[in-house]
Amino acid sequence: MKITIKTFAQTREITKTPSLELDVEEKATVASVMAKLQERDENWSLALDTSVLTACNHQLCEKDMVLCDGDEVAFFPPVTGG
Amino acid sequence: MFAEIQVHDFSQETLFERLRKDADTNHKGNVGAIVTFTGLVRDNNQSGRIEGIELEHYPEMTQAALEKLVQETSLRFSLRSAGVVHRVGRLLNDEQIVWVGCAAAHRQAAFDGASFLMDMLKQSVPLWKKELNQGESIWVKPKASDDDAALKWLK
Repeated sequence: MKITIKTFAQTREITKTPSLELDVEEKATVASVMAKLQERDENWSLALDTSVLTACNHQLCEKDMVLCDGDEVAFFPPVTGG
Repeated sequence: MFAEIQVHDFSQETLFERLRKDADTNHKGNVGAIVTFTGLVRDNNQSGRIEGIELEHYPEMTQAALEKLVQETSLRFSLRSAGVVHRVGRLLNDEQIVWVGCAAAHRQAAFDGASFLMDMLKQSVPLWKKELNQGESIWVKPKASDDDAALKWLK
C-alpha cells in the first residue's frame, strides 16, 4: 500500500525531504515505517530519534499505530509555538 | 469561537470586539469577564540579542489542532466564548505572535481558560520557532518550564 510521508522543522531540514510517497507492507505501523526510513541513510536515522513526534492524518499518534492505504504520516520535533 | 493561523498582523481591539460579540450572541448579560493574552517577539534569548523569528507550521494539522484546543478549553471552563489567532512566517522583534481571548461568567474561569489555552498550545499545536541573527537561524528548543506548565493541568 502507498502512504505519504511529511516532515517539518528540523526533521525536514535534516532529511532534506519535505514530502515523499512510500510503498509499505499491509498493516505497517508508524514504528515500522520509521525503521524503514532510518535504513535509507544517516540523515533519516538522525532525524527520526526518540524525541520525534508522529501524526497520522493530522492527529498526533502513537508509534504502534497501524496504518492504512493513503494515510499521511508526519514526523516533526516537539512543538515550540506561542 | 474562532481559531486562526495567519501571516499578517492582528488588531487586539478588533479581536476583543469579535470575542465579545460572539459571547453576547447566546449569553448577553451573563458575560462577566474577558481575559486576553498577547504574545510578542522578544529581542533576546539566553545567548544574547536576536533580530526576529520565523514560525513554521503544518497547515492542515495546525488549524485542526487549534480548533480542537479552543473547543476543549471552552468546555473545560464553561466559557461563553474563546478565540485564538497565531501568526506564522517571519516576524521582527516586538511584533505580535499570538492572541488568546476567553470570555466567561466569572473572572477565574476566564483567567484559567486563557492560561490553559496557552499552556496546551505550547504542547500540542504544530508550530516551530526559529530565531534569526546575522544571517543565521537556530531552532528554538522546547523548555522544561513549558512542559511543567502543561502538566499542572493534568493533576
